[in-house]
Amino acid sequence: MGHVAIADQAEEELHEPGSFITRYIWSQDHKVIAIQYGITAIVVGLVALVLSGMMRLQLAFPNAFSFIDPESYYQFVTMHGMIMIVYLLTALLLGGFGNYLIPLMIGARDMVFPFLNMLSYWVYLLSVIVLLASFFVPAGPTGAGWTLYPPQSILEGTPGVEWGIMLMLVSLAIFIVAFTMGGLNYVTTILQARTRGMTLMRMPLSVWGIFIATILGLFAFPALFVSAIMMMLDHLVGTSFFMPALISQGETVSHDGGSPIMFQHLFWFFGHPEVYIVALPAFGIVSDLISTHARKNIFGYRMMVWAILAIGVLSFVVWAHHMYVSGMHPYFGFFFATTTLIIAVPTAIKVYNWVLTLWRGNIRLTVPMLFAIGFIFSFVNGGLTGLYLGNVVVDVPLSDTYFVVGHFHMVMGVSPILVIFGAIYHWFPKITGRMLDERLGKIHFWLTFLGTYAVYLPMHYLGFLGVPRRYYAYGTTEFIPDSAQALNVNITVAALIVAVVQIVFIVNVIWSLVRGERASGNPWDATTLEWQTPETPPRHGNWGDELPTVYRWAYDYSVPGREEDFVPQNEPLSSDELKESENRERGEGQ
Amino acid sequence: MLPKAKQLFLRVLAPLLLFPLSVSAMAEEGGWLKGINMTPGVTEVSRQIYDLHMIIFWICVVIGVVVFAVMFYSMIVHRKSKGYKAANFHESTKVEIAWTVVPALILIAMAVPATTALINLYDTSDAEIDVKVTGYQWKWQYEYLGEGVSFMSELTTPDSEIYNREAKGQFYLQEVNNPLVIPVDTKVRFLITSKDVIHSWWMTDFGVKKDAIPGFITETWARVEEPGVYRGECTELCGQGHAFMPIVVNVVEKDEYNSWIAEKRAAAKAERELASKQFTMDELMSRGEEVYNRSCASCHQANGEGIPGVFPAMKGGAITTGPVEGHLDIVVNGKAGTAMQAFGNQLSEVDLAAVVTYERNAWGNNTGDVVQPVDVLKFKQGQ
Repeated sequence: MGHVAIADQAEEELHEPGSFITRYIWSQDHKVIAIQYGITAIVVGLVALVLSGMMRLQLAFPNAFSFIDPESYYQFVTMHGMIMIVYLLTALLLGGFGNYLIPLMIGARDMVFPFLNMLSYWVYLLSVIVLLASFFVPAGPTGAGWTLYPPQSILEGTPGVEWGIMLMLVSLAIFIVAFTMGGLNYVTTILQARTRGMTLMRMPLSVWGIFIATILGLFAFPALFVSAIMMMLDHLVGTSFFMPALISQGETVSHDGGSPIMFQHLFWFFGHPEVYIVALPAFGIVSDLISTHARKNIFGYRMMVWAILAIGVLSFVVWAHHMYVSGMHPYFGFFFATTTLIIAVPTAIKVYNWVLTLWRGNIRLTVPMLFAIGFIFSFVNGGLTGLYLGNVVVDVPLSDTYFVVGHFHMVMGVSPILVIFGAIYHWFPKITGRMLDERLGKIHFWLTFLGTYAVYLPMHYLGFLGVPRRYYAYGTTEFIPDSAQALNVNITVAALIVAVVQIVFIVNVIWSLVRGERASGNPWDATTLEWQTPETPPRHGNWGDELPTVYRWAYDYSVPGREEDFVPQNEPLSSDELKESENRERGEGQ
Repeated sequence: MLPKAKQLFLRVLAPLLLFPLSVSAMAEEGGWLKGINMTPGVTEVSRQIYDLHMIIFWICVVIGVVVFAVMFYSMIVHRKSKGYKAANFHESTKVEIAWTVVPALILIAMAVPATTALINLYDTSDAEIDVKVTGYQWKWQYEYLGEGVSFMSELTTPDSEIYNREAKGQFYLQEVNNPLVIPVDTKVRFLITSKDVIHSWWMTDFGVKKDAIPGFITETWARVEEPGVYRGECTELCGQGHAFMPIVVNVVEKDEYNSWIAEKRAAAKAERELASKQFTMDELMSRGEEVYNRSCASCHQANGEGIPGVFPAMKGGAITTGPVEGHLDIVVNGKAGTAMQAFGNQLSEVDLAAVVTYERNAWGNNTGDVVQPVDVLKFKQGQ
């Protein structure tokens, strides 16, 4: 019962902030840190959004813009990918939502290491600053692609080989330090600081998703960390971890005997779990959104938890499916194709369970619900196209084409972003005490959702045609017919519209902060603990004098015989329920 | 009327339709929609890939339709505004076992043809011809092993087309100076490697894509069934010229291939013999001018004046009028950190001797130096 001791801590030990600075800047409150993480991630994400707009302009209108030359194009490609995956999605889902939701959902006053938590944010901010600094150094950021494959990432002929690549590697290393501080904190908090009655199998799926994703991160990021350090050594000191003997720009390099393939293995050993580091929190959050807004318990809760666990474990044995054309032994290809297809099974279970949760619910098409359903659509589409890529032979014509671009943007770009938006619309009333505007929210949803389809669906078709990705120049060719180039123009127009539509969201947030309708403590009639706080927004320490006690799972919606269609987790069992649960326990005991 | 309708479909409607719907229309082989699906290609492997692709496609359509149908039904019928009262069921072991078994069965059904194709894809045994493919930034080298024939294959699309100063040609970014030539109906093994960064050799019509990795040799193969000119490209980001190293493969009848390779073999042999011969100044000058215009003039200009500030002048240049050793060094080994490539392996000894002689005597440089192929060979061996 380790959690009770911490849960009973006295108020003054929780570093109640005194001044403005300790309250909002050097804050150790998980809620403030979450908002700091969130705002930083969104700002840096907007930079990446602008970069993608520039790429799209070049692809639709080749060489019509003089400021986009091959060098800057590859720099945009690289920075867009890395920022979106690591500095936006990972940081926002774990640093942002993880920080905000974990203590509130499990009934804790804060993270167990509040100072470390604060440090984690500031180190993350440092990594962002180092990364963005590469735009201002001579020759600019690296243009090696977000995969940073050596030898090209540290050789002449790749943009930003002087400064950019070093700043990228240093920034990643700093980010991983920040992530490790935050991640250890999340895991420890979930294991140690749950309130009375909050057993693991009563935790909301959001917490489960964030929990397992964090553990994945703690195992996966070290692989990236060492490869970043080894690449730095190769570049600066002249070691040969990843560098074979080769000729660069007519000169024999001083390296000898290294293996570029080893980097790919290390990178994808991080890179594939990274997909699930982003996806699992999204899975969790979307389960809660669907259950709440369909007024119905999540179908197969246990199965959902086991599926998250299974996906987490399997995600460590599929990495080489990113390397089918790197020339591996066919038995390995067969092994990784098999594990890749096996991971589809728990993922499919999750989808079916979401659909069955909707089935015969009392569906409220609120803005968070729209985003959640939009997520299921995009995720199913993105997952199905994964069936093509998971097969070694079908991957041969499709790898490194726009099919891959379409696939991963659907599955780990659009899908988690839709969940993030849904989650913001859902928890905004708790965070700020005001509702976001419903009408602007719906405009934002429909334009974003349909817009992303207009962007990414045609890319699958481009991939079938064989249009390669990461190409600076297209234009009409024998190989890339008129229809493909016309699609490129369509995609660009749609992408620019989607980018501009995000202004609606920003306006909504700012307007609602000031003028939005005041929210009650539990505007969605949800069962989970974060909606049961004494104040909204919750004060420092979250729970006032007494911590809540949990009596039931997180999904008691539309329970028969109840007047209201939800029962909060901290509501004691009624006499009927008590009898029923005793009967059940007796039944299990025999 | 019909072409207009097709145009409309390709440009506007196709991208807007939902994925399963639009691709199912595209999937029809032949007919007026031909050419917007993946190509079945011209080898056994590429056809196996295509067939598997279509199996997966139909599986995806079925799954998509079923899942989305249930979702839409729920969203329409079980909405709050319809006054639907939520049910309360939360677990069903039977249903959940079905959830697990059905996708597992689907995956197994897919794995059988996939594995057959996989084994075929990797079977590089019993090849009749071995071609070594080497990637460079940003061109390909093809070497016919055992034939003594080897050449570079580079993009020929001029910058003026890339930067929109001229209209783009029919084979914009898909044309090279020396295509790879292979015979039809013959198993050709490709041994793929790289001299600098990772590239990837992709011929979509052959069902072939393999990374070219420095320090490694990867293998793949093709038996092409129809003669023709096929075009492919590099698909692994290899620096800023990634988009500018296409592949062109000329598949010809066996007879034609045999005479072509015999010719190439003889030319290569003659070239090697020439290397030991002494040339006159005039011979070297006329050959040198050809080589210069082909390999050097695009940067240093035909008049030898270069482009001030970017490409140094040859006319009266410090290197072209300085010691012969220094001149050979920069031509053979290139200059690091500049656009000057190493031509040591790209040009023959005769060509190197000729072009150096030419540069030292043209445009009024008149050093009077005659560099013989033997001198180049000695220089290379002395390194």
